[in-house]
Amino acid sequence: MTASILHRATGAALTGGAFLLVIWLAALADSPESFAYAQDLFGTFIGRLVLFGLTLALMQHLASGIRHLLTDAGKLFRLKRNTASAKFTFIFSVVSTVGVWVWAYFNMGAL
Amino acid sequence: MTDLKTPLARVHGLGSAKSGTHHWWLHRVTAVAQIPLVIFFVVSIVGNVGGDYESWMLWIQHPVVAVLMILFIANTCYHFRLGLQVLIEDYVHEKGIRLLSMLGLTFGSVLLATVGIFSILKISFGG
Repeated sequence: MTASILHRATGAALTGGAFLLVIWLAALADSPESFAYAQDLFGTFIGRLVLFGLTLALMQHLASGIRHLLTDAGKLFRLKRNTASAKFTFIFSVVSTVGVWVWAYFNMGAL
Repeated sequence: MTDLKTPLARVHGLGSAKSGTHHWWLHRVTAVAQIPLVIFFVVSIVGNVGGDYESWMLWIQHPVVAVLMILFIANTCYHFRLGLQVLIEDYVHEKGIRLLSMLGLTFGSVLLATVGIFSILKISFGG
């Protein structure tokens, strides 16, 4: 049940993420100055916190989305497997989000 | 049990909304398409993190990246258009607000997709 509610909540949050992505692309298309402004904004502590949250939401939505597709196909209806797969989505989203951010900081030369 | 549906209605299977499983099915089609697109997006962005203005411009100017990013933006907007519609239908009960949110959702999703795709094309063709 938690996985199902989280799927809706993260989906709504990711719409905000899509909005930020398009703003960022528009800034890149506009000028070096606009892009620098956008980069500075996303680079602040709050900016990074929002992006971290969006990464976590994206990974959770991806995992629980695949889980929903499997249940649509008639899989995972045994209670044990259903619960286990829900837990797996939480583990996946946390591990992959940390992995993505470690990789990102490594690429920035911060690690 | 007595079925009040006419045989024709049963064959069409479109229900009271007259659209059948169309919305539900499109939501799943866009969901399946999102799986490889999201993986591409995350890997691609993180691979470029730390780059300057020029490196990000060169990144989008690559034809493969431009095409996949356009698909990602379009599919994302289509997918959240369908998803947020379900949320509005489930949680917004007042008729007027419901209609306005639905209109706003449709206009907003198309506007967002257009701005995103236009930006990618501008970078690709105009620099």
